[in-house]
Amino acid sequence: MSLALDVQHLSVRFGERRILSDLTFQVPAGSSLAILGPNGAGKTVLFRALIGSLPSDGSIAWAPDTRIGYVPQKLDIERDMPMTGLDLLRARTTLARHVTPRVEIAQALALVGMARATAEQPIGTLSTGQFQRILVAMALVSAPNVLLLDEPTAGLDEPGQEQLNALVHRLQQEQNLTVLFISHELNVIYQYATNVLCLGRSHVCLGPPTRILTPDVLHEMYGTSTDYHVHGH
Amino acid sequence: MAIESLMLSIAMAIAAGLVGSFAVMRRMTLAADALSHVALPGIGIALALHIHPILGAAATLFFGAFLVWVLDERSHIATETIVGVVFSTALAIGSLMASPEDLIDALFGGAGALSWTESIIGLLAAAAIVAFVLTQKNRLAVALVSKDVARTAGVDVSRLNLLFLFAFALTIALGLRYLGVLLMGALVIIPAATAKRLARNLDSMLRIAVLAAVVATIAGASLAAWLHRETGPLIVTMAAVGYFASLLKRQG
Repeated sequence: MSLALDVQHLSVRFGERRILSDLTFQVPAGSSLAILGPNGAGKTVLFRALIGSLPSDGSIAWAPDTRIGYVPQKLDIERDMPMTGLDLLRARTTLARHVTPRVEIAQALALVGMARATAEQPIGTLSTGQFQRILVAMALVSAPNVLLLDEPTAGLDEPGQEQLNALVHRLQQEQNLTVLFISHELNVIYQYATNVLCLGRSHVCLGPPTRILTPDVLHEMYGTSTDYHVHGH
Repeated sequence: MAIESLMLSIAMAIAAGLVGSFAVMRRMTLAADALSHVALPGIGIALALHIHPILGAAATLFFGAFLVWVLDERSHIATETIVGVVFSTALAIGSLMASPEDLIDALFGGAGALSWTESIIGLLAAAAIVAFVLTQKNRLAVALVSKDVARTAGVDVSRLNLLFLFAFALTIALGLRYLGVLLMGALVIIPAATAKRLARNLDSMLRIAVLAAVVATIAGASLAAWLHRETGPLIVTMAAVGYFASLLKRQG
């Protein structure tokens, strides 16, 4: 199976602090990798290193012709400004002009299940769920073959979370995307992830959810004796 | 006001509205205002060396913009603090370098007669700023929301930031003759702040900011001619009237 991403001995440090050290993993094309770990384990740092936003040591090799759609967890600014979802989609589309196949804005909105009238509202007036959909649609208009989602369901209510997870899964199936997502939701990881990369305090593990998500591993990773209810899927 | 002076002030207002829109959305209001102060030592040096004061101002403004960029890129220290300290110091040193009459003109603007060369260079500079903002609008918008998304879209965010700061510095330099070091920052920020309250999308924000800046400039200049007062303070007062009027609109 061809690889979408091959990471060898990746390390990221901020000054003296090592955030990630000697991380090695592969992501097969068309698969879904969940990234799990306690706060401060470097999940977002890993994503930012993967897209080249942070300097890192080691090697990060994306497959040729990789087009990344990135859905950030946090925006750089407050949302209270006169910019609509459509403004953002148009801006992102213009930047992807040279990319083929083209994904039209209408198509991206249909994929995320959003009415055009909603996209025409200022982003400050959208609900968290609606805005997350705009961010996903922004990633989609770049006609990505890899999606990076940083806790896309954070701040959503339960039905909203389920809808968004199902949406990402559907897109992955329909468009044969490779998906990397950061999540704390074990049941979501069980349901959708091909593999899990867990960034623990002292060690890192990689494998299918059924093998990785054991009480022992979770205990080691989070350092608490929380009861995790694991569904048998 | 002579026709070339009027044309140049309108061109300056258009540039100020466009650059200001992104400056306000990027929340660099304070840094922007402080940055404009760095023009003063440049004017002082230029007067001492008998070269055109705007050239001296442009030189120190570009240097100041570059400094803000380096601080933003490299350091983890709060940029706003450094900008406040460094650029207020620049204002103090600049004040010591200029004679009292020159100082008042430099601080608040003083519209002397313009040569054709000055007008043409000014109009070209304004056209360059307008072209930059309009062609880079999409990159600026995406980078504003998320630098990481912009990077995955192939945008060189760091370079874009530097160019934006240079466009900002050039806008300030353009307005020095009319508004001076202390007030030009206000013409960049206030119309854009008015537009932010009234607009519902990006294009209307840019349009309203340009309109507010141009109306304030024309109204201020006309009032100044009529009342025999200084132009700069009246332009800024008109811009502020527009802003306070926009407060009457409920947001939401």
